[in-house]
Amino acid sequence: MSDLPILSLITFLPLAGAAFILMIRGEPQVVARNARWVALWTSLTTFLLSLGLWAGFDSTTAEFQFREQAEWMPELGIAYHLGIDGISLPFVLLSTLLTPICVLASWESIQSRVKEYMVAFLVMETMMVGMFSSLDLVLFFVFFEGVLIPMFLIIGIWGGPRRVYAAFKFFLYTLVGSLLMLLAMLAMFFTAGTTDIPTLLQFDFPRSMQVWLWFAFLVAFAVKLPMWPVHTWLPDAHVEAPTAGSVILAGVLLKFGGYGFLRFSLPMFPEASIEFAPLIFALSVVAVIYASLVALAQEDMKKLIAYSSVAHMGFVTVGAFSMTVQGVQGAVFQMLSHGIVSAALFLIVGVVYDRVHSREIAMYGGLVHRMPVYAAVFMLFMLASVGLPGTSGFVGEFLVLLGIFQVNSWVAAFTATGIVLGAAYMLFLYRRVIFGVLSKDHLKKISDLSPREVLVFLPLVVLVLWMGVYPSTFLDMMDASVTNLVDRLELARAGMAAIDVAGR
Amino acid sequence: METTSAGDILILGPVLPEIFLALTGMALLMVGVFTRDPEGDVADQAMAARLVNRLAVGALLVALVLVVAVSPEARVTTLGDMFVLDGYAVFFKVLVLLASMLSLLMSSQYLELVRSARFEYPTLVVFATVGMLMMISANDFLALYIGLELQSLCLYVLATFQREDVRSSEAGLKYFILSSLASGILLYGISLIYGFTGTINFDLLGQVFVGYGGEVPPLGVLTGLMFVLAGLAFKISAVPFHMWTPDVYDGAPTPATAFFSVGPKIAAVALLMRVMMEPFVGLVDQWQQVIVLISIASMLVGAFAAIVQTNIKRLMAYSSIGHVGYALMGLAAGSEAGVRGVMVYMAIYLFMNLGAFACILSMRRRDTMVVGIGDLAGLSKTQPALAAALAIFMFSLAGVPPVAGFFAKLYIFVAAVDAGLFVLAVIGVLSSVVAAYYYLRIVKIMYFDEATQPLDRAVGREVGWVMLGTGVLVLLFFLYPEPLLANAASAATALLGS
Repeated sequence: MSDLPILSLITFLPLAGAAFILMIRGEPQVVARNARWVALWTSLTTFLLSLGLWAGFDSTTAEFQFREQAEWMPELGIAYHLGIDGISLPFVLLSTLLTPICVLASWESIQSRVKEYMVAFLVMETMMVGMFSSLDLVLFFVFFEGVLIPMFLIIGIWGGPRRVYAAFKFFLYTLVGSLLMLLAMLAMFFTAGTTDIPTLLQFDFPRSMQVWLWFAFLVAFAVKLPMWPVHTWLPDAHVEAPTAGSVILAGVLLKFGGYGFLRFSLPMFPEASIEFAPLIFALSVVAVIYASLVALAQEDMKKLIAYSSVAHMGFVTVGAFSMTVQGVQGAVFQMLSHGIVSAALFLIVGVVYDRVHSREIAMYGGLVHRMPVYAAVFMLFMLASVGLPGTSGFVGEFLVLLGIFQVNSWVAAFTATGIVLGAAYMLFLYRRVIFGVLSKDHLKKISDLSPREVLVFLPLVVLVLWMGVYPSTFLDMMDASVTNLVDRLELARAGMAAIDVAGR
Repeated sequence: METTSAGDILILGPVLPEIFLALTGMALLMVGVFTRDPEGDVADQAMAARLVNRLAVGALLVALVLVVAVSPEARVTTLGDMFVLDGYAVFFKVLVLLASMLSLLMSSQYLELVRSARFEYPTLVVFATVGMLMMISANDFLALYIGLELQSLCLYVLATFQREDVRSSEAGLKYFILSSLASGILLYGISLIYGFTGTINFDLLGQVFVGYGGEVPPLGVLTGLMFVLAGLAFKISAVPFHMWTPDVYDGAPTPATAFFSVGPKIAAVALLMRVMMEPFVGLVDQWQQVIVLISIASMLVGAFAAIVQTNIKRLMAYSSIGHVGYALMGLAAGSEAGVRGVMVYMAIYLFMNLGAFACILSMRRRDTMVVGIGDLAGLSKTQPALAAALAIFMFSLAGVPPVAGFFAKLYIFVAAVDAGLFVLAVIGVLSSVVAAYYYLRIVKIMYFDEATQPLDRAVGREVGWVMLGTGVLVLLFFLYPEPLLANAASAATALLGS
């Protein structure tokens, strides 16, 4: 097992697939068909390989596994260094799972420039997997930023009417944040003398420096996550992106921010994190309540789900900065759950959008009469988004609240209102779209889910229920790594307390 | 500093590439004169031009081989200490020769199209290249000035090469007048420095300045330093001495613009860096602030002024001003890491900028060149390969990973952060976001907009090869960055003599 570079294989196989697609020549119809199949097979193979990763993963240790190291830029000691631990493995799996689903979901809805579209998605998969598994700051940054190019093109080429505005906003917003992070990374490099993440995880930065670094990273991750008040690119990007673009955006790209907090901000700058946790709590509470209220007022289905994402990401930051085992586990679990549920919700919107070509809630109503299967699937994911026990959403939100309640019951109380508001806007959406009288003419002939669409939703349905009924499968995977992280934070807290005592 | 064979005027080995190129240039003039039929029409002229062009490209290639062949182990000076050859010079000479070769390769098709193909063009490029090589190896102010002027005189003529075009003539005239002014300022600065120190040799000047031991030098030296800086800043088109750049880039024939944007710029940056890091290194406290200011101003002007441009050549002019700002950030660091950063930056800049110009040279509609950014609309549908290439160059110029431009910026930022220039680095980051906007705008026009009138499909053979080569290098640089980085590192060590 150890001699096969399985992580590199998973990372770069999609890129090879993309190169292969680029070489396809011939009639436009044939090219499109072949491009679709190559993309599907490549992403499925990648997914199967990543399952092998899961099978070989030892969840009893917090060490990085499947490590691969090679010289890259030896003058600066920058290396090609990959490896995963219990926090990154679930995100790698999420990325490799969602890509074939996206390919399948775009099978019929994308008819123009299919070749480029599939190339963009495969390149993006490489960037996503690489981001979650890189163990070198510069390598991490290359993947973190590299994802912008394919996403920019996906929104801009295959997006809706305001796609240009949305694509630029997405790109420039993220670029500002991440370039500041790059400077912080270089400052870290000169302080610690290395860009190796496992070494940096053990390195103690001076407390005064931590504050600056922490804020630089906060900007980058807050934009990606997104946190209030830098979330405004998200509704635009989501509304204009094609369905599969929204799926990847909500499913994986938003997790870059949360993952960043868990990989960099918390373990590398523990003192600053403890010091500024109240700030994060405040921003998160505002995000949860404000975004939920805004969602309640939306007339566009995708926009509503986009705002619900902002609210759900508020839970993630609250959980992560509660710095308790339950809270951090809840944050990771919430991200995974949101990755599946919001992806599914965007696909659900995509299904009716393909048929009616409108995302206006007012254009729909009474769909249950013509589309019973669709209504059932929609209901499951709607309830999962609300956090109904038995679905994945419940576990994540419950763990987060459990964690934060031990730290600050007020924050817990305010965050919990998000669940109530979430139930309100999701149920409201569901009622208006699915129930009622089927009176609109353009809906009279609408057809239920096709077999292909059922195939798209099936794995997501299984996962949502699996994560809801038996979350241990996933919690065990991350347990050792999360405990390790929390231990480090506890140690820092004890150190700070000791300094305070000594100061008196 | 270990220096061998100082002062021996008869050692010509290190100067071999320059001598060879100068002689070849003269020979090419003869070839051009005698193969051309004086009564011949434009087609005849073009035949002679094509032949001379091929020969010139070959001569530049030979010079490239010679440069690598004569590259010494340690620092060598010759011609009475006026000429220096070290790893640093070899690195930049290779870049300059590549720049001349590739831009010459791309020129013939365009010049034939605008009916200006004459054999003088390649000859002038060869002579300009000799000047640039002299600049890079200059070890005193006289050699510096002679190299600079040899280069500049050729460039003025190249800018006006499209004689029938008013804008081309205007560009050349403007370039000539402003550049002469800058040369005057430079000369005045040199004479001040000579007056106050009694020498123009870089090694001796270095000893004099280090001798000040951190105290404020005489006012005359400081004024001289500023005048020299101003003169050289003009040559690399750094703000506030950049005003000529957009007009000259716009008016000059496109292959000449491509050449201007890489060759002379790289040579002048190499020269500026040698002057600052060798003789003036003792006065680093005095010039660092100035370089920081020039760098900030160049980055900001480059970023903001380019936003409103509709002509792609003008846009590239402002883009090149911005890029000089980034390069100067490395110089401002005043360290070995900074020098290395600038070298990596210029090398990558050479390939991405030439690649971008190869794409611009392929913008034709019904056999006339177009330069409007709007003319690129829908290019990704009509010519996917060209659009993809230009998109790669634009992402690279914007500095988005994983393409090469990111690594160029990375090395500059490494140096700036290492030197504690955080404010400069933050401004650099923010202006690169602004700059990203206009590079992305080109991608947007090619990929998101609908085609109005498609451009001609035919891409010239030479231009196509240059585009392919530079494109592959820029795109796949991240796979194996080691050769460039290692060479730049050892060359930087050679300059600083540590």
